[in-house]
Amino acid sequence: MLRYLASRIFQGFLVLFALYTITFFLVKAMPGDPFTGEKNIPEDVKRNMREQSGLNDPLFVQYLNYPKEVLLKGSFNYSIKKRRPVVEIIAQAFPASFVLGISALIFAVMLAIPIGVISALRKNSWVDYSGMAIAMVGICVPSFVIGPLLQIGIATRVPILKIAGWDSPIDIVLPAITLGLATAAYLARLTRGGMLEILSQDYIRTARAKGLSTGRIMIVHALRGGLIPSVAFIGPAFATLISGSFIVESIFQVPGMGQHFVNAIVDRDEFLVLGLALFYGFLVVIMNLVADLLVGFLNPRVRIAELDG
Amino acid sequence: MPLLEVDNLKTWFHTRNGVVRAVDGVSFSVEKGQTVGIVGESGSGKSVTCYSLLGLIPMPPGRIEGGRAMFDGQDLLKLSEKQLAAIRGKRISMIFQDPMTSLNPFLRISTQLTEPLRIHEGLSKSNALEKAIAEMDAVGIPDPAKRIHSYPHEFSGGMRQRVMIAMAMITRPEILIADEPTTALDVTIQRQVLDLIKTRQEELGSAVIFITHDLAVVSEVCDFVNVMYAGRLVERAPVRDLFADPRHAYTRALQASIPALQTKGEKLYTIPGRPPDLRKEIAGCAFAPRCETETRDQCLTDRRPELTEITPGHWVQDCPGCLGPLKK
Repeated sequence: MLRYLASRIFQGFLVLFALYTITFFLVKAMPGDPFTGEKNIPEDVKRNMREQSGLNDPLFVQYLNYPKEVLLKGSFNYSIKKRRPVVEIIAQAFPASFVLGISALIFAVMLAIPIGVISALRKNSWVDYSGMAIAMVGICVPSFVIGPLLQIGIATRVPILKIAGWDSPIDIVLPAITLGLATAAYLARLTRGGMLEILSQDYIRTARAKGLSTGRIMIVHALRGGLIPSVAFIGPAFATLISGSFIVESIFQVPGMGQHFVNAIVDRDEFLVLGLALFYGFLVVIMNLVADLLVGFLNPRVRIAELDG
Repeated sequence: MPLLEVDNLKTWFHTRNGVVRAVDGVSFSVEKGQTVGIVGESGSGKSVTCYSLLGLIPMPPGRIEGGRAMFDGQDLLKLSEKQLAAIRGKRISMIFQDPMTSLNPFLRISTQLTEPLRIHEGLSKSNALEKAIAEMDAVGIPDPAKRIHSYPHEFSGGMRQRVMIAMAMITRPEILIADEPTTALDVTIQRQVLDLIKTRQEELGSAVIFITHDLAVVSEVCDFVNVMYAGRLVERAPVRDLFADPRHAYTRALQASIPALQTKGEKLYTIPGRPPDLRKEIAGCAFAPRCETETRDQCLTDRRPELTEITPGHWVQDCPGCLGPLKK
């Protein structure tokens, strides 16, 4: 188990380094630099500012300097535009995104798993068709449509819900629904597929031949295997949800990380872009690991392979 | 009175490509403690017959179109799902062809083995576990107290089939339905599993319905044999009569296909052709196209052959074409 974990963590480092490399050269490939937009600053001042941020160094030196700073000093450098440490910016914006993301995930799981299970159980009935039709809508309709629809349709009618803002806990409801709907839709379809796969297995027939009730067959015999695809999906999806959505956070005025992802690129704020990309990559790596461990917990055959490997 | 009496059972599948008459008027009975074989090729409807009795047919597309299956004064085909569930795994249990896929890979053997006791007999966890360990010992699994906490993938195919047998026999059922229980196993293991079923049957006094395509197995374990072809019985007889005096061309062809009974070095005999398409209604004798008797041109075309009793207990379809001598 420890050996498995160690090798997975090592792999995670490799992934993050590859991510850093790609992001670094992509940022460098963008035209202009952090100071391009500032028209009033004389050219020699700009050069000094570049010098100060190390942007005049040869590309290769810059490429090696950043990871050195990160690994040796734990410093993710400064946001060139905001003149604040990258870590501080993320630490300030992450809580809102995290709360929103986790609420969206809870909403998605509570909605999607029952729909998926019931759809599989009542395959090709009206319950199945309507459940999957709603899921299709959830996948197809983008959040910038659903968000305003909820604002107009619900927030204007229910007094305790605000159109936008992030002050009281109840303000989480509408953005969480908007953010979670697409995830719920995928999850419902995955759960239905996973359950259908399991329900067609021979051992479900064995369970029926033993005289078990449908409820017991579903809960004891089918759910563990049927949820594996969903669990594998929830891991990385969770990382995406909590790292902030520019669209949803803009629509509902949530002070989260979404704005930084977009603004950092518009501003060519190199260190902020790198910091955000690595942070998001870190979340994905961790959540994938957690999901895999959960799958191992659910599936004894995988567990053995992990222990041996 | 027989323990189970199946009368004119019809199970059809309503598929997009038409109605498949998988079981089309099958009657047989099972006496207490008896072993009854149902023999036939793949797709002859032998498994569907037994699944119908326990309501294990996927519905839709399957539907029981008619017939009766009297078990202890109740018609199994008319029982509600709840009433059937109380019989399944308690008074009639089942073991399946492939032990590799018939056990749930996500659950420990202990969970799966104690389940019938917990739901049918309401035993406590520890009592059920104790009984399950004893049952594992009875089916010859070494070190049962330890092995019971393993997962199915930690067992070999033969051991898994032993677990299946333990699971089916743990409630001391009156009938055990064994659906090709040895087909997926190694030849060396087949013998052990057959012996085990036989032993447990004798110890518990259960009747066994043995579904197989292997006549050699039938000759060893069965008391009475039903030969099935294209959803119907073509011949039924006590095992001794069937092997000493097979009447129907299909039964004789099946016997001729047993490798052990053929002359060494000669090309193995096989029945030509394939079973008929059950989506089309067959007006006459279903076996006519594959029949190799001298009288095959006399096979019925205007009506379906009916089972008739030729000697006490020995029934055969009355198709004159199929009853003639085989061509040499």
